[in-house]
Amino acid sequence: QCNTTIFCLSVYFLLLQNNHVVRNASLYNKEFVEQFEETPLLVAVLTYVGYGILTIFGYLRDFLRHWGMEKCHVAREREEQKDFVPLYQDFENFYTRNLYMRIRDNWNRPICSVPGAKMDLLERASKDYNWTFQHTGKVVKDVINMGSYNYLGFAENTGRCADAATESTHHYGVGVGSTRYEMGNLDIHEELEQLVARFLGVESSMAFGMGFATNSMNIPALAGKGCLILSDELNHASLVLGARLSGSIIRVFKHNNMVSLEKLLRDAIVHGQPRTRRPWKKILILVEGIYSMEGSIVRLPEVIALKKRYKAFLYLDEAHSIGALGPRGGGVVDYFALDPKDVDIMMGTFTKSFGAAGGYIGGKKELIDYLRSHSHSAIYATSMSPPVSQQIITSMKIIMGEDGTTLGVVRLRQLSENTTYFRRKLREMGFIIYGNDDSPVVPMMLYMPAKIGAFGREMLKRNIGTVVVGFPATPIIESRARFCVSAAHTRDILDTALEAISEVGDILQLKYSRHQRRPHLPSSLGSWSSEESLLQEPSHIKPSVM
Amino acid sequence: MGSPQVVRVGNNTSARLILNTWPLVCAPAYHLVLEGILILWIIRLLFSKTYKLQERSDLTEKEKEDLIEEWQPEPLVPPMSKDHPSLNYDIVTGPPSHKIIVNGKECINFASFNFLGFLDNERVKQKALTSLRRYGVGTCGPRGFYGTFDVHLELEDRLAKFMKTEEAIIYSYGFATIASAIPAYSKRGDIVFVDEAACFSIQKGLQASRSFIKYFKHNDMEDLERLLKEQEIEDQRNPRKARVTRRFIIVEGLYINTADVCPLPDLVKLKYKYKVRIFLEESMSFGVLGEHGRGVTEHFGVNIDDIDLISANMENAVASIGGFCCGRSFVIDHQRLSGQGYCFSASLPPMLAAAAIEALNIMEEDPEIFAILREKCKHVHKALQESPGVKVIGEAYAPALHLQLERSSGSRDTDVKMLRSIVDYCLERQIALTLARYLDKEERFLPPPSIRVVVTIEQTEEDIEKAASCIREAALAILK
Repeated sequence: QCNTTIFCLSVYFLLLQNNHVVRNASLYNKEFVEQFEETPLLVAVLTYVGYGILTIFGYLRDFLRHWGMEKCHVAREREEQKDFVPLYQDFENFYTRNLYMRIRDNWNRPICSVPGAKMDLLERASKDYNWTFQHTGKVVKDVINMGSYNYLGFAENTGRCADAATESTHHYGVGVGSTRYEMGNLDIHEELEQLVARFLGVESSMAFGMGFATNSMNIPALAGKGCLILSDELNHASLVLGARLSGSIIRVFKHNNMVSLEKLLRDAIVHGQPRTRRPWKKILILVEGIYSMEGSIVRLPEVIALKKRYKAFLYLDEAHSIGALGPRGGGVVDYFALDPKDVDIMMGTFTKSFGAAGGYIGGKKELIDYLRSHSHSAIYATSMSPPVSQQIITSMKIIMGEDGTTLGVVRLRQLSENTTYFRRKLREMGFIIYGNDDSPVVPMMLYMPAKIGAFGREMLKRNIGTVVVGFPATPIIESRARFCVSAAHTRDILDTALEAISEVGDILQLKYSRHQRRPHLPSSLGSWSSEESLLQEPSHIKPSVM
Repeated sequence: MGSPQVVRVGNNTSARLILNTWPLVCAPAYHLVLEGILILWIIRLLFSKTYKLQERSDLTEKEKEDLIEEWQPEPLVPPMSKDHPSLNYDIVTGPPSHKIIVNGKECINFASFNFLGFLDNERVKQKALTSLRRYGVGTCGPRGFYGTFDVHLELEDRLAKFMKTEEAIIYSYGFATIASAIPAYSKRGDIVFVDEAACFSIQKGLQASRSFIKYFKHNDMEDLERLLKEQEIEDQRNPRKARVTRRFIIVEGLYINTADVCPLPDLVKLKYKYKVRIFLEESMSFGVLGEHGRGVTEHFGVNIDDIDLISANMENAVASIGGFCCGRSFVIDHQRLSGQGYCFSASLPPMLAAAAIEALNIMEEDPEIFAILREKCKHVHKALQESPGVKVIGEAYAPALHLQLERSSGSRDTDVKMLRSIVDYCLERQIALTLARYLDKEERFLPPPSIRVVVTIEQTEEDIEKAASCIREAALAILK
C-alpha cells in the first residue's frame, strides 16, 4: 500500500517537473539555460521497485536479527540503562541499518593529502559488510578528485596562500581564545572584512568562523516574531535552521519558481499575519546562489524584481557561487551583472572557492553594525583562526588581481571553460545532467538505489573519487552523483574522468537521456537549448514584474 | 425526519403526508444509511478546513494592489545609536597571547581563554605548520564528501583515549558542538531539564530541538528533584506517553556564566533514580579540572560511563578551533548522521586538528600543568578578594572568574558603564580585561553584568599582583 502511494506521488512529481521556463527574459543579460530532464517513467517505477525490495529484505533481516539468526553489529545500550527510554527510535535507524549500511563505503572516505585536483585516499576494507572499517595501511595515490568544493583550486599546500598562512601561524598562532566582542577582534579580522566588502562591492562586511553558523546564527538577528520568511524548498539545512531559530513564520516556495514566490508574497501582504491579520513586520526571502544538489542558479534578476515590487528583503546565500560564478568571481550578482546593493544580505562561505573555512555577511553599514552587536556568532563564538583568515585574504586578493598578477583571472576562466566542457561532454554521452549550463556543480542522475553504491565503487576502481547522494539529501527517486568542476582540473584530468564515467555509465546503464544527441555540436548549448531556452516572453503568462 | 409533531390532526394534506412519510420511519435501513451519511458529513465539516485562511479573499485585484502599495515593512535592522559599544570593538594587534596589544597598548592578557598557554606554544605551532604544508588550509568539503582527513580520525581517536570513552566526534566550531548535539537526540515531545545558568549555545540547541524545556534553579538539586518528581507523577498518569518520552538533564561542568561547578555526583544519583540521561558541557572544565585535565568527571571521581554525553570546545584550554563530543559509541555514533553541524558543515581545517593533537600530547606528557593552573587560579581568586565595591564570583579553582558590582546601581546600563570604566582604567595600566558580553534580550536568564578575569599558567606572581592592585585602584577610584 505504501508503495502505491509512493508511486502515485511519483507520477505527481513527474507532472510537476517540467516547469522551468524562463519568464521575463528581458531581465537577463544572457541566456538562462537550465534543465531538469524528467525522470523516464520506467526508471521511476523500477526505482520504486528497488526500494521496495530493499525494504522487504530490510524487514526480513531485522526479523533474523531479532531472533538472533543474524549477528547484529549495532552498538548497544549499556546494561545499566536498558530500562531508560530508548535514545533514538528504532525506525529512525531502519534506513541506516538496511540501506545506508550497504553502501556506506562511498562516504567519509578518509583522505591524506591536499583535496586538490588529485588526492590520496587511505584504503579501507570491511570484513563485516561495512559495519566497521579497517585501514589496510595502503594509500591509493592520485585519485582524481571530482568531489571537493575546490572551485578555484585554492586547496593548495604550496604557493602564495600557503606561504602567507604559514607566516600568519608564526605570528599569531592558530587559536584566538575569545569572541569578537570580548578580546578576539584581531587586526587580521578587520583587514579581512574590509577586503570582503571591497570584493563584494558592498559597504561593509563581517566574517564568522563557520559557514553553517553564519546562517544559523545570524538569521535570528534579522527576523523574529511577526516576520515572514519565504524560503526556497531546496535551501540548505543551515538556512532552514536559522529560519527556525528566528521564530518567524516560514513559508516555502517551489524551487526557483518565481510564480510560486510571487504568489506567496502577494498572499502574505494581502492577508497579513495568520489569525491576528496584523501586517507583517517584514518579509525576508532566503535563496541560494547555486543549489548544491541541483546545480541550478537562482533566478536572481526576477527575485530582485519581485523583492523590489513587494518591499521584501533578500538574503542571498552564495556558499557555492562566490568565486565560482561571474567574470570577476563575484558570485551570482556578478554573473547576472546586477547591482550588489539590490541584495540586502549577501552571505557566503570561504570553505569552497577560497580553500579556507568560515563565512561572511556583507551589506549596508547599518546592517553590519547591527550584526556586530546582535549576531549570536560575534558575541558567543570564538573568532576565526588567523591562518584561516590569512588564506582568505591572500586567495581573495589573487582573485581580484590585487597581487599584481593575472593568476586569478586565469583560474576564473579555467573554471568556466572546464564547466562548459564537462557539462557538454556528459550531455553528449547521454547522461541526464541537472542544472544550469554555467554551474560548476554537476549532478548526474543515477535514480536507482543499487546504482548509488555501484557507481561510487566503480569510479573509485578507476581511481576517480566522486560524490554520490541519495535519500534523504535528494528526493527518494532522484539519487545522483555529483561532480564539482575545479579550475585545478586540467583537460587531461577531465578527459580521463569523462572516459571513466562513460565506461561506468555503459556498465550500469546510466545513459538515460532521451533528448536527441548531436555529439559534435560546436556551441556550448546542445540541441536541447532550442526546446527549452524560451527567450521570448511567453504570451500566455502576463508579465507580473515590471 | 417524518416527525409526527408537525402534523396537525384533521388536516387532509398532513394526513396524507403521514401516510407518505410513514414508510420512511418504518424503513430503518434507509434511515441508517441516510443518517450515516449525515454523520460522515458532519465529521467532514468538523475535521476539514472549510476554507484556507490564505485563499479566502473576496478582494478585487485593485484592492489587493492597493494593500500591496500601502504596506510598509519595518527597516531590516533598527537604527543603532552611534556610540553603541559594539561599534568599537577593542582591536587586538598581533597575537592574543600572554602579552597582548589592545588598542595599541601592550598589556598582560587576563581576557583570552588561553588557560594552558598553548596559543603561542612553539610545539603546537610547528605541528600546525607541518600539517599546513601537507594538507593546505581548508578541507573543501563536509566529512561525508572527501572532507574526512586522517588527522580528523587521529584527533577523534586521541580525544576518546584522553577522556577514556569509547568514541569522540569533532565539530568545526565550538559553539555548534553542543548546539548540534542536543537536537540530534532530543526531539519534539521530549523533556529537557536544564540549569538556569546554562550557556547560550545550550539554549540554542534546546531551541532547535523543539523539546519541552524545564529550567531548574542554578545548581539546586532540590529544585531539580522537584521537577523530576512532578514529571514522574505525570508519567504515572500517562504511562504510554512516558514510554516514548526521552528525558535529559543538561548541565555545564564549570559554568561559564557563574564560574562554579555542577554537583555531578548528585546529578548521577538523580539520573538513575529517575532514568534521565545526562549531557555535560565541559568547555570551561576540559583541560582544566581533574588531575589529568579530564574535566569535572575526574574532579569528582565520577565514572565517565555514567555520563551519556560530554561536549567541550577546543578553543579554550586546547587553544585551537572546534569542539568535540565524547561518550559511548551507542550515543556518539548517532551524531554522524544526525548532528547537523557535523553533517552539513565543512570539516575542521587539518592544521587546527593537528594543533589540537599536539595540545593533547603536551597535556598527556605533563599533567603538572593542571596543578600549576589550579595554583594560579587560587592565587588570582585570593588576590581579587580585597577589591572594594566588587565581588568575585566563582570557585577558587575556576580559570575564568567574574567580577560583579557589590551593589548594583539599579540600572544595567549604568552598571555596565561603571564596569567598563574599570576595564578601561586597567587597560590604561597594561592589564587587559574584558566585560562578559551577552545578548541582553536573547538570554533566557540574563546574568548580571561582570568583568571576566581569565587565568592562564603564563601569568606570573607579579602579573597577578599588578592586576589585582590595578583592579583595586580602579574600583576605589570609580566606585567611590
